[in-house]
Amino acid sequence: MDMTTFIWAFIVGGAICVIGQLLLDVLKLTPAHTMCVLVVAGAILGGFGIYDQLVELAGAGASVPISSFGNSLLKGALEEIEVHGLIGVITGIFSMTSAGISAAIIFSFIGALIFKPRN
Amino acid sequence: MTEKEANQPVKMVTSEEIKNQPKTMEEQMQQKQKQQEQQQYAALAKEKNPPRPIFLNCIKAFIVGGLICVFGEFLRQMFINYFGFPVKEAANPTVAVLIIISITLTGLGLYDKIAQFAGAGTAVPITGFANSMSSAAIEHRTEGLVLGTGCNMFKLAGSVIVFGVVSAFFVALIKYFLMGGNL
Repeated sequence: MDMTTFIWAFIVGGAICVIGQLLLDVLKLTPAHTMCVLVVAGAILGGFGIYDQLVELAGAGASVPISSFGNSLLKGALEEIEVHGLIGVITGIFSMTSAGISAAIIFSFIGALIFKPRN
Repeated sequence: MTEKEANQPVKMVTSEEIKNQPKTMEEQMQQKQKQQEQQQYAALAKEKNPPRPIFLNCIKAFIVGGLICVFGEFLRQMFINYFGFPVKEAANPTVAVLIIISITLTGLGLYDKIAQFAGAGTAVPITGFANSMSSAAIEHRTEGLVLGTGCNMFKLAGSVIVFGVVSAFFVALIKYFLMGGNL
């Protein structure tokens, strides 16, 4: 296994989290605002093709932070546009983020059945 | 006995207050002044409040967030090397596994403890997204599966999805028209 991707994953992933922390502490944004800013930033960087380069460099360091959600939504839409034309924006937007969203819904629901609320 | 003794002076004060209920103008003025003083104190307290340790918070966020991503990279390499996923698609199962782990930790009450230490280090990775959904789902379970779990699951995650989809929609449209349909 190549160790350099692990190092880059640590640096890039950590750096994105620091950006989030600065949005929380310096700009005093709420967590919801912070996550929205990062997702929109991911989509815009994806539009310039920058986010894919970041994923190539850092692997999970770029694809695990929430900003990759915006990039994946965009990539799904663009790939469907290539196949079906403009309507692909609507039909393809969730095609790449299916794993994240469905896993989160399904296991959150199961979690609600299994676990008891705290305090 | 000791408890009663301790309670007595407090009772005295409250009964006195009740006696003084019908207020004269002077007393009202005094109360207003008191309120003003309290407001001034609150403003002062806000000013003198120690600033958040931003630098320390950033280091914590960097280390914990970085470690989550390193663990994600480990999973990704595993999916590429042992499960035959193509490099471009290996991020999907990685994210799914991280989400399952995050929801389990949330249910056990451990994720909140890590989050208190790490701040954005646990909120920014996809695990924080899953944590927000599952904690809302578990917390509101007592209100019923439909009105509680179903309605509240997307309380925070919903805004992320809305802004992600809308921004991706517009970026895709702009790219489509700028490139003349050749992406």
